[in-house]
Amino acid sequence: MRGVRRLSLEIAAVVVGLALFVIPFVFMFLTAVKTVDQSLDLTFSWPTSWPIVQNLKDVFSARDFMLVTAFKNSIILTVVSVAVIVVLCAMVGFVIQRRPGPLANVANLLVLSGLIIPPAIVPTIWVLQNLGLFKTLPGLILVEIAFGMSFSVLLFRAFVAAIPRELDEAAIIDGASAFTLFFRVVFPLLRPVTITVILTQSVFIFNDFVNPLYFLPGDENATVQLTLFNFQSQFSTQYNLLFMNIILVTIPPLILFIFFNRKIVSGLTAGAVKG
Amino acid sequence: MVTESRPSEARAVGLRDTAEPGRAAPPPPRTRGGSRALRRTYSSLFYLPAGIIYTVIFVVPTVMSFYFAFTRWTLFDAKFTGLDNFRQFFSEQALRSGLWHTVVYAVVTSGLKVVLGMLLAVLLTSSIRIRGLLRSLVFFPVLVSTVAVGITFSVLLAPDTGLVDTVLSWVGISGPDWLGNANTALISVALVDVWKGVGLATVIYIAGVLSIPQDYYEAVDVDGGGAWQKFRNVTLPLSRPATFTVILLSFIGGLRSFDLIWTMTKGGPGFSSDVIASVIYKEYQAGFFGLATAGNVILFILVTVIVYPLFRYFNSKEVDL
Repeated sequence: MRGVRRLSLEIAAVVVGLALFVIPFVFMFLTAVKTVDQSLDLTFSWPTSWPIVQNLKDVFSARDFMLVTAFKNSIILTVVSVAVIVVLCAMVGFVIQRRPGPLANVANLLVLSGLIIPPAIVPTIWVLQNLGLFKTLPGLILVEIAFGMSFSVLLFRAFVAAIPRELDEAAIIDGASAFTLFFRVVFPLLRPVTITVILTQSVFIFNDFVNPLYFLPGDENATVQLTLFNFQSQFSTQYNLLFMNIILVTIPPLILFIFFNRKIVSGLTAGAVKG
Repeated sequence: MVTESRPSEARAVGLRDTAEPGRAAPPPPRTRGGSRALRRTYSSLFYLPAGIIYTVIFVVPTVMSFYFAFTRWTLFDAKFTGLDNFRQFFSEQALRSGLWHTVVYAVVTSGLKVVLGMLLAVLLTSSIRIRGLLRSLVFFPVLVSTVAVGITFSVLLAPDTGLVDTVLSWVGISGPDWLGNANTALISVALVDVWKGVGLATVIYIAGVLSIPQDYYEAVDVDGGGAWQKFRNVTLPLSRPATFTVILLSFIGGLRSFDLIWTMTKGGPGFSSDVIASVIYKEYQAGFFGLATAGNVILFILVTVIVYPLFRYFNSKEVDL
């Protein structure tokens, strides 16, 4: 009796879970592979024909291959920002943990502020304008680096705490300088948390919409999230292509998720709990 | 004496605790030679590159926003106008309602994330079959682009023909025009936000629930308690740190939220789903830079006023656990 009740409860949970969390993705996919005419009514239905390759070609060639430029920009943005974040935040996480004192207190306060305070947008634009970096990819990269720092420093700091200080002392006695110690001895040991930072920050930055909207606006030279957003308003009749675009934007996080699910989850929970 | 000194001590420890988990390491000797060696080994230069970028891109704009918010500003020159921007913010109905919507949105999303995240975590840590798959399914939307989620759900929530209304019509309910009706637009977006974000709350709760020692549950068994007693007397109180984390995170996120609202409704119909962040964007687009910055300062104050006390309170509580 108990077993039957349990089983039916389980089945109900699974069915509801599938309905809520799978159907939206199935809908995305089915709409993406329909013909223009069939996609127009936006209902949840089986495609009558499957012009997948044609839709892919069309979505890439739409508006003068804008999506190709957008993917190129998004990839550059993500790779460069994440690389810089990893190196700079590992350095900060190292000293902030190893050397308590007034400076570390200030740094800790700044890290916490970065997590809580919403960035002041127009003044940031003003700063970038004065530096000649507004509406440029390097400007946006700097913004993503600055806004991604707090979370990454927290992760690195927690991990550095688990590395014994004796290791530093041994290296120093062997004549290593501060930078050799860090880059040759400590940084390689940070590999697990480095991977976590790379994964979480890549997803954040690749998916970011607000910062590209403000700091690299427009259509010609945008990121994938921005072109997807603009696609919605400009080509509101080609829903199959719109959803093909959605699928393309969803694939990179999906790949990371399939291979690194555990790592991403542990990174996000650790970072969240520490913050 | 002792009882008097406890709360402040607890708070200090609490703040320290989140500020430096590395305190376990013994403090280095405070001799002159030691501290000089320390200074050379853990060089302040390590702060420099990150510090420069962070200061220029984050600290300077944040500080400057407290000046520009009091000006009429064109990016090139700023004319001091005192409290005019703030007066305008609070006198115009459209702007003032944005303030209220922001709070509603944050409360609704974080409340639902706490309740649903907790329930899902209990379900997904039980001995249910295919729980690994279910965990993945619930978590995956966290990683999907907000714009993609927003577009998909605006289609699914379309009046009459959308999937949601279609399903409702099977059971005889004629669903509203979720996003087109001023009464439901904000709540609909908030629900989509919960759909996208509940996975994060769930995994935080799962981590919390899994860290509860089994002994406690066995104690309830010995006392003859059932599943409800276990949940009520063990899981719920002992996952309080997870609850604090989820509330803080979703509050900070909810108060700032922009992308989902902008993708789904652009603050409409009318101003019925405008929040501070979307008002800031609209003022910015219209060229009212001073007013937009005033909106930023208001958001800053709102976040600080709500989140900072919560943060202090949670930290002081965590020591008691």
